[in-house]
Formats: sequence, structure tokens, C-alpha cells
Amino acid sequence: MFGFVASRVARAALTIGFVVTFAFVVLRLSGDPAMLIMSVDAPPEAIEAFRKAWGLDRPIWEQYVAYAAKALSGDFGNSMRDGRPAIELVLERVPMTLAITIPAFLIKIGLGIPAGIFAALHRNSVLDRLTMTVSVAGFTVPSFVLALLLVLVFSVQLGWLPSSGSESWQHAILPIITLGVAGAAVLARFTRSAMLEVLGQPYIRTASAKGVPWRRVVSGHALPNAAIPTVTIVGFMIGSLIAGAVVVESVFAWPGVGRLLVASVANRDLAVVQAILLAIAISMVAANLAVDIAYGWLDPRPRRGRAHA
Amino acid sequence: MDKLVEIRGLTVDFAQGGRSIRALHGIDLDVGAGEAVGLVGESGSGKSVTWLAALGLLPGTASIRGSVMLDGRQMVGAPRSMLETLRGRRVAMIFQDPSSSLNPVFRIGRQIGEALGLHRGLKGAAAEAEAKRLLDRVGIANGARRLRDYPHELSGGMNQRVMIAMALAGEPDLLIADEPTTALDATVQAQILALLQEIRHESGMAIVLISHDLGVVAENVDRVCVMYAGRLVEEAASDTLFDRPRHPYTRGLLAALPALDGPRTRLVSIPGSVPEPWNLPKGCAFAPRCGEADEACHGSQPPLVPVNAAERVLCFRTRYFPDAPASQPQPVPALQDAAFREAVL
Repeated sequence: MFGFVASRVARAALTIGFVVTFAFVVLRLSGDPAMLIMSVDAPPEAIEAFRKAWGLDRPIWEQYVAYAAKALSGDFGNSMRDGRPAIELVLERVPMTLAITIPAFLIKIGLGIPAGIFAALHRNSVLDRLTMTVSVAGFTVPSFVLALLLVLVFSVQLGWLPSSGSESWQHAILPIITLGVAGAAVLARFTRSAMLEVLGQPYIRTASAKGVPWRRVVSGHALPNAAIPTVTIVGFMIGSLIAGAVVVESVFAWPGVGRLLVASVANRDLAVVQAILLAIAISMVAANLAVDIAYGWLDPRPRRGRAHA
Repeated sequence: MDKLVEIRGLTVDFAQGGRSIRALHGIDLDVGAGEAVGLVGESGSGKSVTWLAALGLLPGTASIRGSVMLDGRQMVGAPRSMLETLRGRRVAMIFQDPSSSLNPVFRIGRQIGEALGLHRGLKGAAAEAEAKRLLDRVGIANGARRLRDYPHELSGGMNQRVMIAMALAGEPDLLIADEPTTALDATVQAQILALLQEIRHESGMAIVLISHDLGVVAENVDRVCVMYAGRLVEEAASDTLFDRPRHPYTRGLLAALPALDGPRTRLVSIPGSVPEPWNLPKGCAFAPRCGEADEACHGSQPPLVPVNAAERVLCFRTRYFPDAPASQPQPVPALQDAAFREAVL
């Protein structure tokens, strides 16, 4: 068991290190921050001074070693725009993002999973087809299109909700719905197929044959098994709570991590982009680890198998 | 013998891609209290479907007609709640692949305990003690520890024993064993069959043993029903059936069975294959593979008729060589043949 945890942690660290390195190299090769942050007609000496101040004149591997050494001690550098620590800029945006991604996540779970179960139990019925049609529409329509549609209806036509900004809780409603609907659609489809797979298994017939009432066959025998594959996608959704709203935040001018990412990339504000990517990597890796643990809890098979290995 | 189950004219149709495919063409079958009945046939012959239909375990795409009486209660078309009270309690069923027939995420003890709770109201320590006793009953040693095992930690044979223990939990009057040993090794197969026999003698529970293997059925049942393409084609006491098979299909099955004694001989297989249910011939479904079929066999469906009090056979031809040994069909006297056909048609 210790070996299992140790190898998982080592793998997680490796993943995070890889993401940081990759982002570092790509960002340094993709454009000169000095040109973007200084104005175009800035004198060459000023640009050179800027490069020197941020260490951009040194070879990339030297920059990388310096960055990595600092990062290991918790210093992720400062924003090139306002000089504040990058990590601070990111962390102050996190609550804003969570304010829309957590309610959206609850919608995905609360709507998507029951809809998928319902559709599976009424396979090929009119209601199943309707649910799945809505679901296909829900996840094929890109989120910015859905966002604009919602704005058109609820802000422009009906005038019920604000179309952008973050001044009140009403401003959060449309972003939450946009995120929630698409995720619920994906989850509904996934849950349905997981349920159908399980309902066709011999042990479901066994449960019925031994006299278990159908409702209990579904809740007691089918759901625990269908939960196993569903957990994967739910874990992915948890992992993207921090950075899964880039497009929606941009459309609704919601000042979260996603918008900070877009702005920082555009400005080549390297340290900030790096810090955001690091945060994303950590949350994804943590979610993955949680999925693994949940798997072991839901399904006795792999846990036992690995424990012996 | 008291009739426990009485099946009359049971038909099953599956809706498939807008059309309806008949899987079962009117089955008449009785099972007496405490009796052991064998149901033999190739896959797709309808032997499992018969009992899944009787218990209402077929998917919604199946439409079931006819009558299945259990203790004078009609099961076809009965509300789900009524069927649920009968399943496991009056009629239990075990299946072909024991390892996937047990829920992989629950411990054995919980799965047996569930049946005990449903049928006998046992919970907690009482349920655990009874589950342990049942494991002991089906020959699983160290039951207390096994109750904490998951199905994947047990062998196929052990899992089938668990399935049997679970079936016994409801103290049913009838156990349907649907190919209970097909997925198991030969030695384990014999052990499971012996266990079923033992339990039957001890408890007086009736057993329906479904198998594609006449050899498996032979020593374990009082009466054998042979099925082919959704119909019962021959029914007889097991001794009679093995000594004097009447239907050409039964004779073919027996000829394909290796003899345990006597000289080694080449096994004879039945030519051709079972027709698809959506592509049945006009007449007797076995006619295309039958060495003795004539025009009438190809032209119309023979009925299942009693030969005597204990035997029924569905064939135009075989009534004329009732005592024919397994692999030597005798020539049919033409005159008698015509007379018989007149009588039947």
C-alpha cells in the first residue's frame, strides 16, 4: 500500500513538473514579452533594459534553472505588468471562478446523473430519445454560442438578467447556467451508457431472480456498479473547477482565473501564465488522485489486485 | 404427483428492429412437486427463455403469451410486485456463468444476506449465522471467512456454490438451474451436479436442469424434455429417452454422445445447423437436417402428440419405429405411414 501511494505521488509530481517545463519553454519561444509590454515605439535601450531586468536576455536553460529553483521554494515570480507576485494575482481570482464553477458543478451532477439514469431505465422510449436529443444539443453547441443565446433571450429580450460583469449575484446566473447545461449534457450521456452497460449484466438478472424489487435492483445493484465509470468523468469535472470556465468568463466578462489567463497570455505575462498553469496542473492531478481513491472504494477488484502487486 | 408449475401454450416474441421474432412457439410443460426435469437443446432452442419468461425476467422487448400457473396462480401478465414475491421465494434460479452472476462490488455475505432478509426476514447476526450455515450446506468450508470475500476472490465452482446457497436462502419449491455447470471444469461440474442432487433429495425441492448436454441431464433427472427451435420435440422419462429415443433429433443428440463403455466408435454429428428464429422452414423446423423427412415434414408443422401416458413426441415419422435403437432408423412401412398421417392431419 505504501508503495502504491508513493508511486502515485511520484507520478503526480512528474506530471506537474512536466507541465511547468513544457509551459515554460513554449511561452519563452512564442513571443517577446518586452515588445508587448513596452509600447511599440519604445527606445531599443528601454526594451533591452526590460529584458535584462526580467532575465530574458539569458539563455533559456539558465532562465529555467533559476525559475525552477525559486519555484521549489514557493516563489513563482512576479507579474511583468504590475510587479505583484503572480501567485497572489491568481489566488485572488480563484474565489470568483469557484463562485460560478461550483454551482455549475452541482447542476451537472444534480441534472446530468438523474437524467442519464432515467434515460437508461426508459431505454428507447420517447422520453429517452428526448433526453438524449437535448443532451446532444447541450454538448455539441459550443459554450460561447449557448452563452450568447442566453444573453439574447434573458438579457436582451426579456431583460431579466445582466449580460456581463460581476457586480451582483444575478450576474453569476447566466455563466452558471452556460457551464452547467453543457456539463450536465455530457454527464447524462455518460451515465446513461454506464447504466445500460450495467443493466445488461448477469448479476442484475440474478438480483431480480432472487426477488429483489426492481427499484432496489436499480438503486442497490445497478447504481453502485454504474458509478465506477461515471466517477472518472466527475473527477475530471472537479479537476477543471479552477480553470474550466475560460470561454464563459470571457464572454460574460467574469473576473475569474480564466479571464486572467487569457489576458496574461495575450500580454505574455509569463509568471502569471505559469502560475495559472501550475494551479490547473495541481487541481487536475489532485482530482485524478481522488478518482483513484474513489475507484478503490467503489470497486473492490483493482484495489485488491494492486495491493498484492 | 402434485403439479407445481403448469405451462400451457407459452409463446415469446421479441420485438427486434420493427419486426417481431418468435422465440417460443407454444410450450406445454408441467413440473411436479419435488420432481427433477431436464430441459435439453442447443443454444437458441428456447430452454432458458421458457423459464425466464415464466418468471418475468425477460427484457421489455419480449411479449409473452400463454399461461404459467404456479400453485394455481397465473404468472403471465401478473403485476411485477406479485412476481417479485414469488421469485427466490417459490422459484429460484441459478445461471450459467456464476462469476458474472454475482454482483462484483458486494461481498458474498451481503448478497446471501439480502436474499435472507427478503424471504425470511433475517437481519444482522441471525442472517450471518444462516448465511454461514448455507455456505456449509453447499460445501464451502470456512464459511465465516468466505462471507467476507468478493466474487472475484472465489473460483467459478465456488461462486456457483454461492449462487446455490443464495437460491436456497428463500427455501424455494423449485430451482431452475440454467446451464449451471457449462462454464465450469469437468470435475467441478460433477461436484455441482452431485450437490444439486443431494439438496433435492434432502429438501424435496423440485429442480429443472437446463443444459445443452444430454450427458449432464441423463443421470440427474427423472424426466427429460428435448427442445428444438422454440418447440418441445420430445418428452419422456430419462430411462425411456435414453433407451428408446423417438425423435430423430433426440437420436442424433444421443449418437453424438460418446459412450463410456463398449468399443470406441466415431461420433456422429447432426448435419446442418439450427435454423435462425426469423428464418424457420415452413414445416417441421428439424426437417432440413433430418434424414427421414419427407414431403409432409417439409410442408406442415407436426404437433406434439402423446405416444403413451409418459411420452410425447413432435414428429410425423417416428411413431412407426418406436423401439428403434439410437443410430439405426428402420424403414417406414408406407401404408401405415399414410394412415398415421391421415389420423394426425
